[in-house]
Amino acid sequence: MEAKDAIARRAALELADGEVVNLGFGMPTAVANHIPEGVDVILQSENGCLMFGPTPALGEQDADVANAGGQPITLLPGASIFDLATSFGIIRGGHVDTTILGALEVDQEGCIANWAMPVAPGKYSPGMGGAMDLVGGARKVVAVLQHADKKGRSKVLKKCTLPITGKGVLKTIITEKAVFEVTPTGLVLTEIVADTTPDELRAITDADFVVSPDLCEYRLHA
Amino acid sequence: MNKVRQLDDIVAGIEDGATIMFGGFLGVGSPLRSIEKIVAKGVRDLTVISVVNSYPGGGFDLAPLFSNRQVRRFVTAHTGTCPEAIEAMKAGDLDVEFYPMGTWIEKIRAAGAGLGGVLTPIGLGTLVEDGKQRLEIDGRSYLVEMPLRADYAFIAGHRADTLGNVEYRGVSLNSNPVIATAADFTVAEVNEIVEVGEIDPSRVGTPGVFVKAVVQGDSPTEHQAVFERLWVRTGRLAAPATAA
Repeated sequence: MEAKDAIARRAALELADGEVVNLGFGMPTAVANHIPEGVDVILQSENGCLMFGPTPALGEQDADVANAGGQPITLLPGASIFDLATSFGIIRGGHVDTTILGALEVDQEGCIANWAMPVAPGKYSPGMGGAMDLVGGARKVVAVLQHADKKGRSKVLKKCTLPITGKGVLKTIITEKAVFEVTPTGLVLTEIVADTTPDELRAITDADFVVSPDLCEYRLHA
Repeated sequence: MNKVRQLDDIVAGIEDGATIMFGGFLGVGSPLRSIEKIVAKGVRDLTVISVVNSYPGGGFDLAPLFSNRQVRRFVTAHTGTCPEAIEAMKAGDLDVEFYPMGTWIEKIRAAGAGLGGVLTPIGLGTLVEDGKQRLEIDGRSYLVEMPLRADYAFIAGHRADTLGNVEYRGVSLNSNPVIATAADFTVAEVNEIVEVGEIDPSRVGTPGVFVKAVVQGDSPTEHQAVFERLWVRTGRLAAPATAA
């Protein structure tokens, strides 16, 4: 299974029935395809709606109905629409239960970096969009990312090197190899893929972590 | 008190160095014909305030303002969708001032609502905190974010009456109702202009008191067609079957 697919499947298990959920762009978007049966969540798009549905077929789209990526969406029965001030009141005000966000880096203090890559001296792109509000306002913040970059360097770090999106905000970190819970004393390894031992994981992970007494195999199904 | 104007007449009054807010989110709910006219006029050294930048990949809505190097400063939450803006940043022709999206909208709301600023915990401990006042209230920390306003606001709506009451449609209202309140001169570009009384008061999303001018944008039919072409071109909708 592709790393990204495994991550999306595992991340979907973080969602509980009835939750208000905001999925970030990239890998988190795919999480919606793997939400377990019996789990109904209310998806928010931060440009201004709750309860959106799948991409419409050609001819069924509406020029005024799109998600925060500018892509056409549908609205499900029970949907609502609102302006950005209300949308971010929902986020900042603690009315989002869970957000799942892609990350460039995470660290053992629960920091996440996902908004700023240098494009010129002192200049960054792409920008935080709604991510700072989400990590500050959502009750549970889940970061998803591949364990290492293309050169094999760990992206689960002792300390983020890029500008952070939020300090100490993460609850859970999911890579294609492992799941970590972030606690006040550091990372706890709770799940690991079958072909890897905790010591082997340590060898490819910059961050320090302890192994949960309840460590189990990486889950792909509820 | 008929506020219907020709877009050309309004754009003719915009000068170099102006601060302009645009409603819309990646082109959706954006005043597309107004942007086109401002691009064509070629005004420079603009400060542009928009919650995000162009439709992903560029070439649409705000992107030509950046490829023409008309924007000196961009105040936003996100610019990464617009390759033209990234190029301008690399060339040293563009400064980007980032705010978290919820902070961005509240700063504008504060300006429009006569507030002295906003207290928010968002951005604490990040680069966003640099150079800002921090307040401790009841044991919690907040950043002080100042109001943000503009010379012009260009908003997009579905319909407006001649008094400037604007009705929005679908998810395309996004930043429009808020930015409408925070400029010296707010222009509503709409798909349809109707007589006073035709919009149900409960459907008015922006009261006419905020609007100085109403201009005709794409018709409802053309508006739908513009986005169908955009979304088909970028692979977001299945392409129509080729006629035999």
